[in-house]
Amino acid sequence: MSDITLGTEIPALELAPISRTTLALFAGASGDHNPIHIDIDFAKKAGMPDVFAHGMLSMAYLGRMLTNWQPQSKLRKFSNRFATITQLQDVITCSGKVVEMLERDGETLARCEIQAVKATGEQTLVGEALVAVN
Amino acid sequence: MLDRSHIGHKFNAHSVEIEKGRLRFFAKAIGETNPIYSDEKAAKKAGYRSIPVPPTFPFSIDLESPEFLPVLTLLEMDIGRILHGSQDFEYFQSICAGDVITCQTEIRDMFDKKGGALEFVVLETAYTNKDGEIVVKTSQSLVYRN
Repeated sequence: MSDITLGTEIPALELAPISRTTLALFAGASGDHNPIHIDIDFAKKAGMPDVFAHGMLSMAYLGRMLTNWQPQSKLRKFSNRFATITQLQDVITCSGKVVEMLERDGETLARCEIQAVKATGEQTLVGEALVAVN
Repeated sequence: MLDRSHIGHKFNAHSVEIEKGRLRFFAKAIGETNPIYSDEKAAKKAGYRSIPVPPTFPFSIDLESPEFLPVLTLLEMDIGRILHGSQDFEYFQSICAGDVITCQTEIRDMFDKKGGALEFVVLETAYTNKDGEIVVKTSQSLVYRN
């Protein structure tokens, strides 16, 4: 019997402050070479004060939180919207909790609300995950 | 305004072989320390064929198309004005190192908000394995700052 039930909290994941190095590595590793994340000259020309984090970097952090909690093979759906830009030096914390238990295709699924927030409490990513429970 | 006659446009499919070294680099970049995401032995012990791709990595498979973000050329968009609005993944089977995955992306919708100040382009991608089975589906919205 699983111990995942309505209200179960996913262990939170707190990340190190976002650095330029983090963004450079993520640009290369993810294949997202959009210069707005790695080239301050380009970012300024585009009207931004500086480079800023890839949304998909924070979504990867949410993914780490989920797979730290449950094996990836149980993940059925994973989605979020990008609510606010994550800036350099922001400290992101990922968290989530089970908000509904449902049945689909013969499986019990936990629907989890998930989020990434800055130290100020401002949400950067807001989404949900469906995780199989058995 | 972006040209909405492109709703329904299908981009050329492309195939990517998933590489262990790339997955190790990705794990490092996101701070992932679970050995199944970098060490094939640990992955096999955990029941995978090889190193599994992490949950968001399919996005990177799609980015491996010969032209980076071909939607920008098609819709004549300036890369400095795009933002990522949302991203959804739906998983049917795992993808592991050694797999050859084919991506097919389509423009599903285009609309605007705030009186045209922001335009949205919704892209859906199907990821199939060498047997033609869909292993992952994604949907994403790009936001264009006018």
